[in-house]
Amino acid sequence: MSHPNKKRLRRTMMFLNAQKPGLIKDPYIYKPDSIMLDLEDAVAEKEKDAARFSLFHALREIDYRGVERVVRVNGLDTDLWREDIRAAVAGGCDSIRIPKTETAKDVQMVADAVAEAEKEFGVEPGRVLIMAALESAKGVMHALEICESSDRLFGVALSGGDYTKDLQTTISGTGVELMGARQMMIIAARAAGVQCFDTVFTNLDDMEGFRKEVQTIKQMGFDGKSIINPRQISIVHEIYTPTPKEITFAEKVVREIDEKKALGIGVFTVDGKMIDIAFYDGAKRTIELAKASGVYKGEL
Amino acid sequence: MEIVKAAIAGTLESSDCMVTVEPGEGSVELELESAVIRQYGRQIRKIALETLDRLGVQDAKVRIVDKGALDCTIKARVEAAVYRSVGQRADLPWGGAIV
Repeated sequence: MSHPNKKRLRRTMMFLNAQKPGLIKDPYIYKPDSIMLDLEDAVAEKEKDAARFSLFHALREIDYRGVERVVRVNGLDTDLWREDIRAAVAGGCDSIRIPKTETAKDVQMVADAVAEAEKEFGVEPGRVLIMAALESAKGVMHALEICESSDRLFGVALSGGDYTKDLQTTISGTGVELMGARQMMIIAARAAGVQCFDTVFTNLDDMEGFRKEVQTIKQMGFDGKSIINPRQISIVHEIYTPTPKEITFAEKVVREIDEKKALGIGVFTVDGKMIDIAFYDGAKRTIELAKASGVYKGEL
Repeated sequence: MEIVKAAIAGTLESSDCMVTVEPGEGSVELELESAVIRQYGRQIRKIALETLDRLGVQDAKVRIVDKGALDCTIKARVEAAVYRSVGQRADLPWGGAIV
């Protein structure tokens, strides 16, 4: 049976430096879907050890009120990541984020270390999930094999900063340099049945640009976006909340398909649009998203 | 665990605390500085001493400068300072002596 949290709602994943007690003590008040407690880039080299203690005790003692707790461990090219995983799994994290993932083997190596840690610390086998950040041309080119690499993997995330460096370009704000990676990743994720998350938007003075980017990635099919500031949360959630018109249409589609199927009718129209069974899952998803966003008042 | 050399962990930022450990003179001596010492001094001391006890530290001078840290932060900083003092950064007893 698939893990119940594999498909949970992940519109916003907020990065927090695990070494900063002031940041990790109460981020749930902003109501992101997930927090990403960072042991990697945000933590100075000489504080890597101290960050693990903060992380472990925060995971054990702070009630994050249902917000998913993802831990970004250090890169697989360091001697830090195995101990990061031990601390995170022992602390009770929900998921591990692998930075700079380039192959299926990277994910499998982390999955093995997570399984070992679950055994060592008496955690239910298979409880801790994994997500992979793709940050290089090689990683993006291997998107499908990464998406299909492990039962624990719930999704992949684009890390635009490192990826554009690898492409020998920069983030322009237009998204043109990220177009290929976004397209490849969302296609790979959907082909493998996992989720897909977009990169951070770092210019906090450009909230209009942020809004446009979220609209774009939602339209492309992404499940959500990595964020760096609580101010970005409400914008993402608003854009991901289905409109009343979309909800009404989805309800009609679900009801009509259920009804027509019983009558042996395959193709029909709803509000002047041709509808068939292919619309069913999308309509169901809209209703689930409306429910999760707290705006659904119907009975489906 | 024997404190072999002086070590520091933590910062003076809000919600944090800075913990210094150094070799003691036969017992654990704890010095605490905090703006909320009257309300929380006893609790901070209790958490720090329990943490040191779990780690088996029986001989150390410990100084804590508190800036409004939660219990989990006090534990984390005491442990980080002690493990820095003994130079251990991997194979730590998560869920054992660190709990």
